Amino acid sequence: MSRRFSLFNATSLALGFAFLYLPILLLVLYSFNESRLVTVWGGFSVRWYRALLRNEALMDAAWITLRIGLLSAMLATLLGTLAALALTRYGRFPGKALFTGLIYAPLVMPEVITGLALLLFFVAVDLDRGFLTVTLAHTTVTMCFVTVVVQARLVAFDRSLEEAAMDLGAPPLRTFFSITLPLISPSVVAGFLLAFTLSLDDLVIANFNTGPGATTLPIRIYSQVRLGLSPEVNAASTILIGIVAVGVTAATLLSKRSVLRSRRNAH
Amino acid sequence: MNVAGPSRGRRAAAALVPAIPYLWLTLLFLVPLLIVIKISLSDTAVAQPPYRPVFDGSRWSGFFSELDFDNFALLAADELYWVATLSSLRIALVSTVLLLIAGFPIAYAMARAPVAWRPLLIALIILPFWTSFLIRIYAWVAILKPEGFLNQALMGLGLITEPLQVLNTETAVYVGILYAYLPFMVLPLYATLEKIDPALVEAALDLGSPPWRAFWAVTVPLSLPGIVAGSLLCFIPAVGEFVIPDLLGGSETLMIGRQLWSEFFSNRDWPLASAVALVLLVLLVVPIVLYREVEARRVEAQR
Repeated sequence: MSRRFSLFNATSLALGFAFLYLPILLLVLYSFNESRLVTVWGGFSVRWYRALLRNEALMDAAWITLRIGLLSAMLATLLGTLAALALTRYGRFPGKALFTGLIYAPLVMPEVITGLALLLFFVAVDLDRGFLTVTLAHTTVTMCFVTVVVQARLVAFDRSLEEAAMDLGAPPLRTFFSITLPLISPSVVAGFLLAFTLSLDDLVIANFNTGPGATTLPIRIYSQVRLGLSPEVNAASTILIGIVAVGVTAATLLSKRSVLRSRRNAH
Repeated sequence: MNVAGPSRGRRAAAALVPAIPYLWLTLLFLVPLLIVIKISLSDTAVAQPPYRPVFDGSRWSGFFSELDFDNFALLAADELYWVATLSSLRIALVSTVLLLIAGFPIAYAMARAPVAWRPLLIALIILPFWTSFLIRIYAWVAILKPEGFLNQALMGLGLITEPLQVLNTETAVYVGILYAYLPFMVLPLYATLEKIDPALVEAALDLGSPPWRAFWAVTVPLSLPGIVAGSLLCFIPAVGEFVIPDLLGGSETLMIGRQLWSEFFSNRDWPLASAVALVLLVLLVVPIVLYREVEARRVEAQR
C-alpha cells in the first residue's frame, strides 16, 4: 500500500473537500458580518448573535426542536436497536421480507411522501397535529437509520462471544446486557446521534405534521429564508454547526476510547 | 410444566424483539402509505379534513362503487404534471451521473490513501452531512445569487463583466443536489473500492494494459455494487426533492415533489396531493425494491 498520495488523488481530494467546506465556511464567516447585506463584508461584529438571543420566536422554535429531537431519538434508538437485532439474530421469521422492506424504504423514500402519508394517518386516527405527531413521525423515519448503523456493527462482531456466554449458562437477556450491548454500544450511541441530528434537521416531514405551538427551528428558518437572506439565520446556523461539530468530535473520541478499551480487554 | 412456564414466557419475550419494531413500522409507515392510496381515490371537499372519505371502516363493501379515478384523470389531462414528472426524472438522472463523475475520483483517492489517513478522510466526508441540510442549501443562495460570492469572485478575476444568472435556474438545482448528496455517493463507492486488491490493477498494468483500460476493465466492474448502491441512494430521493428546487430552482424549475407540496399547502387539495404522491411512489417502486435487494445482499456478504 502506498504511503503517499499521488498527485491526481491529492487533487481530487482537495477539490472535493473545498467544494464541501467552502460554502459552510462562507456562511460562518458572514455570520460575524456587521452589514445587514449577507454577501457584502462590513467589518467584524457579533450584533446578529445578540439579535438572535432577543428573537423569541426563534428561541422558542429551538427549544421545541431540541425536545422533539431528544425524545424521538431515544425512541428511535430503542426501536432501531430491536429491529437490528431482529434482522441479524433471528434467522428467518414470518414476514421478514416485508420487514426488511419496511426498514429500507423510509431511508430513501422522498420526504414529501412520508410526510404526507403520516399526516393523513394522524388525521385518520384523529390525533391532533403538534408536538406528539412530529415526534412520532421523526421516530418512524430515524429508527430505520439507527437500524442500519447498529446492524452493521452486529454483523461485524464475533458471535462466538455471545455463544460462549450462552454455553456457560447465561440466559439470553443477561447475554445481551453483559456481552452484546457493551460491544455494540458505540454504534448505538452513533445511531442515537444520527437520529437526533436528522430530527433537528428535518423540514419537510415536520412541516406536514406540525400544528399550533410546535413550530420547529427548520420551519422557522425556512419561512425566514423564503423572504430573503438574513444575517440572523447565518448566526443561528453557525451556532447549530458549532454544536454539531463539538458533538461529533466528542462522539468520535468516545467511540475511539471504547474501541481501545474493548481491545485491551480482549487481550 | 414448571420448566415450560418460564421458557414459554422467555420465548414470548424474545418474540417481542422483532414484533415491536415490526408493529411500529406497519402502523406508522405501511398503513399511512395505504391511506395515501385511499385518499387519492376520494373527492375533494371544502371541509377539515378537506376530502370526502371513500369509505369509513364499517362500509368496506361500498369501496369499489365509490372509488373514482377523477384525481388521476385530472393529473393525466394537465400538462403541468407530465412536465413536472419528466423533468424530475431528468434532473435526478443527470444529477446521479454528475454525482458519479464527481464522487468516483474522491472515493478512489480515499481508498488509495495511506491507511492512517482514511478514518480522517471518512470523517471529513461525513461531517457536512451532520450539519443541517437546509442550512447547507441556504449557504448556496448567498453564493449563487447575482450579487453573490461566485459572481463577485468571477468579476474580481475579470473573467466576466456581467453577473451570471445562476440562482433560480436548473443549474443551481444541479449544484445543490451535487453538494447535498455527495456523501451518499462517495461512501458506498469507497466501501467497495477499498476492498479491491490493488494487485489486480497492477497485474493488468504489468500485462501491458494502459491505465485507462485497467481502470475500465478491472476497477469499474469490481466497484459495480458500490456504483449501484450509491446511484440508487442518490437517484430515489432526488426525484422527490423539494427543498433544493424550492430554494435554488426558482419558479421555472418544475419538480414533482414541489408540485405535491403546493397542491397540499397552497391549494389545500389533499386528494390531488395524494394522487401526486402515488404517481411519485409508482415511479420509485422499482428503484426502491432494487435498493433493498442491493443492501440486503451487502449485509449478507459481510457476515
